[in-house]
Amino acid sequence: MTFELFAFYCFAAIVVFAATAVISSRNPVHSAMFLVLTFFTCAGIWMLLEAEFLAVTLVLVYVGAVMVLFLFVVMMLDVNVEPLREGFVKYLPVGLLVGAVMLVEMIFLITQRYFKSDQFPVPERASADQLSNTEMLGELLYSQYLFQFEIAAIILLVAIVAAIALTMRRRPDTKYQTPAVQIAASKKGRLRVVQMPAEKRS
Amino acid sequence: MITLSHYLALGAILFSLSVVGIFLNRKNVIILLMCIELMLLSVNINFVAFSHFLGDGAGQIFVFFILTVAAAEAAIGLAILVVLFRNRSTINVTDLDALKG
Repeated sequence: MTFELFAFYCFAAIVVFAATAVISSRNPVHSAMFLVLTFFTCAGIWMLLEAEFLAVTLVLVYVGAVMVLFLFVVMMLDVNVEPLREGFVKYLPVGLLVGAVMLVEMIFLITQRYFKSDQFPVPERASADQLSNTEMLGELLYSQYLFQFEIAAIILLVAIVAAIALTMRRRPDTKYQTPAVQIAASKKGRLRVVQMPAEKRS
Repeated sequence: MITLSHYLALGAILFSLSVVGIFLNRKNVIILLMCIELMLLSVNINFVAFSHFLGDGAGQIFVFFILTVAAAEAAIGLAILVVLFRNRSTINVTDLDALKG
């Protein structure tokens, strides 16, 4: 067993364990933390696949942004977890059955000859003087997939606008400043010069 | 030697686990969203594996776009969840049975 295979099995075991913990843990915060572990380990697996840029992106985007958002929401909502857990045991057999059937079907499919190593030979490791993964992705992204890249940017912009528009609310009892009034303020409206006779020194 | 089947099997296991998770946690919207993220991750593993074994960068570009869409989806989903909790003070799926907000 080579070191790569050993590393793959370690990562795969951690991924499966953490994913099981995500779906079965009692506390949503624990679920979120186990999901973070899953993403980290998957980044390791992508490193084995020489997708370094995507591995780092996964850690930055998912662990750094999406999972923090999840944790934020889980902690902000004061959810009583107990009623949400009911039916867990009831649906466990049917869930396991459906999962097992799907798994067996998919494993059956990928152990056919189409995905064997003579169809997909293991590629050589990229040498250092080759184009790096980031350069390769950059060249593709900014030439062949430029239009799709722009659409992705628009999707993110729409998501920002939608998320803010959904969650923003005006509380009636909170005091707000009106910037238009602040800018329109002039010296005339604020300052009154009063003429007074000088007092005599007693 | 890690073959393509290893990665595809891992993706299949991860996908099945998230399907089981959707069955088990059918009351809790937050865990449901997490299971969807797990599903997208398993699909991404397949994409990256095929990209590596075919020597084609298009698979990794696809993963890039899936990451983008998944981030947008998570942001909007959680925003809807927050609004939902504000209005109904519950995230139990069985309590959410009215179209009127």
